[in-house]
Amino acid sequence: MSAIILDSTAVLGRHLLRMRHAPAIPVMTQTMPIVFLLFFGYVFGSAMAMPGADYRAFLVPGMLVATAANGIMTGMFTAAQDSHRGVMDRFRSLPMSRGAVPLGQAAADLVAAAAGLVPLLLVGLAMGWRIEGGALGALGGFGILLLFRFAATWAGILLGLASRSEEAAGQLGGATFMLPLLSNAYLPTDGLPGALRTVAEWNPVSAVTAAVRDLFGNATPATDAAWPVAHPVAGAVCWSLVLLAVCVPLAVRRYTRS
Amino acid sequence: MTTTYAVLSEGLEKRFGDVRALRGLDLAVARGTVCAVLGPNGAGKTTAVRILTTLIRPDAGSAMVAGHDLRRDPAAVRRRIGVVGQYASVDGDLTGAENLRLFARLLRAPRTGAAELLERFGLTDAADRPARTYSGGMRRRLDLAAGLITRPEVLFLDEPTTGLDPHSRNEIWDAVRQLTEEGTTVLLTTQYLEEADRLADDVVLIDGGRATHNGTPAELKALIGNYAEVVVLDRAALPAAAAVLDQLTGSEPVLDAERRSAGAVTTDATLTLPRLVRELDAAGVAVLDAGLRPPTLDEVFLRLTGRPVKELAA
Repeated sequence: MSAIILDSTAVLGRHLLRMRHAPAIPVMTQTMPIVFLLFFGYVFGSAMAMPGADYRAFLVPGMLVATAANGIMTGMFTAAQDSHRGVMDRFRSLPMSRGAVPLGQAAADLVAAAAGLVPLLLVGLAMGWRIEGGALGALGGFGILLLFRFAATWAGILLGLASRSEEAAGQLGGATFMLPLLSNAYLPTDGLPGALRTVAEWNPVSAVTAAVRDLFGNATPATDAAWPVAHPVAGAVCWSLVLLAVCVPLAVRRYTRS
Repeated sequence: MTTTYAVLSEGLEKRFGDVRALRGLDLAVARGTVCAVLGPNGAGKTTAVRILTTLIRPDAGSAMVAGHDLRRDPAAVRRRIGVVGQYASVDGDLTGAENLRLFARLLRAPRTGAAELLERFGLTDAADRPARTYSGGMRRRLDLAAGLITRPEVLFLDEPTTGLDPHSRNEIWDAVRQLTEEGTTVLLTTQYLEEADRLADDVVLIDGGRATHNGTPAELKALIGNYAEVVVLDRAALPAAAAVLDQLTGSEPVLDAERRSAGAVTTDATLTLPRLVRELDAAGVAVLDAGLRPPTLDEVFLRLTGRPVKELAA
């Protein structure tokens, strides 16, 4: 057990070093959500009338979750890029724990994502959003955000290891941008036409967003929504655990085999 | 068996789709020796190394590496081997020093060894530069250093000098020689006959996924005897010279009109240089130069497989 921790920590260190040497990509992926937050908040938000609520305060938790969902993209891209590198052959020929390479990558992504939360939160606060759910709510909200990020990254790692090329991974990764668009992250789902609303509410992003809004005290869950959104904290935890239960073993197997 | 052989494989087979990369490869590398696996592109060299280093599984066959069964205990094998791949297996985004420290951490080796290895491979000045900025030779040296963090019992080198300039090639050769002096067993693959000739105690020729011949470089050369070559004064005398060679060696001479030379291989141990010259003189051939020399491995390969290495490698 301690072997996998030591090995994963070494791999985590490798990814953090790479981010330090080539900061452009991590900085870009941290900056884009801020640009989107400002853009959505002030360009779309100015035309948006939400009865009894402030759209910008509604948007901030959505953007936090949409950013967490980016873990799919970064996980996929990094794994696809790595799988074509000679260094993977060296890892495979070393006496290290089989799961340490993907686990170290996911852990490094989590560290970077947690650091990236800070500027996004500051911009959110400047836009008038506040955490109103107390210390426990805040802790729970961040916990759910990071748990979902971790799960999304593992899903990305699995897809990245399965994809044939870096280019394919890049394109597929770009498509994950659509995920929060079809959820309650940017807009309430109750205005959507029937079938679309069902799809949006069963989107894991919706449950996680509703959970974060609930825990931060920004909005109460919609009781007439689909189960994961109506019971958002349980829904978000379930979605994340299901993703992890499926993706972790498959990704580790994929890594060992390929 | 396991005490005398560092690598012992029997009947290794591997198929990629329709391609049978290995068709029953048998290898035996004695401890403390350098074995060169020599063959053209596509002969199965890299597949063999990838199997023996646990990177891929064979479809059939078995192998013991450093005393452990490849299938039953790949982890034990991994603890005892070093691998230097055909393409540098280091992380280009990390510096040379960071690469070695990372691998040292994964091997639970003291990180101080990294500095020592960088020094030994002449990379101290480049230690803090990203490995992707290294020249081909430097990358390969870093790769070799990474393969030596824990002194491996068996070191696998897959075409360690392919694409390197002569200077870098010599540096790699020196490093390999130094290692074998320290007792490491080395299995290297190469397309360069000169490399096998210079480094190896034993050479295995492989072709079509199977070992076709093996022995010391000298034994392989002895298999086809000596190479007799004469250079004549006048091009017109070439047929006469060829006739003498044909009669003396019993093998068909190869003519080179431009160099005005004729050559043929011979396994006749009684054929000496004076006798060759006397016979040519008696036939009225004006000889400028004549020689009997051991064949190059190129000639060995041509003779044994019926095809020249270069043609296959093209």
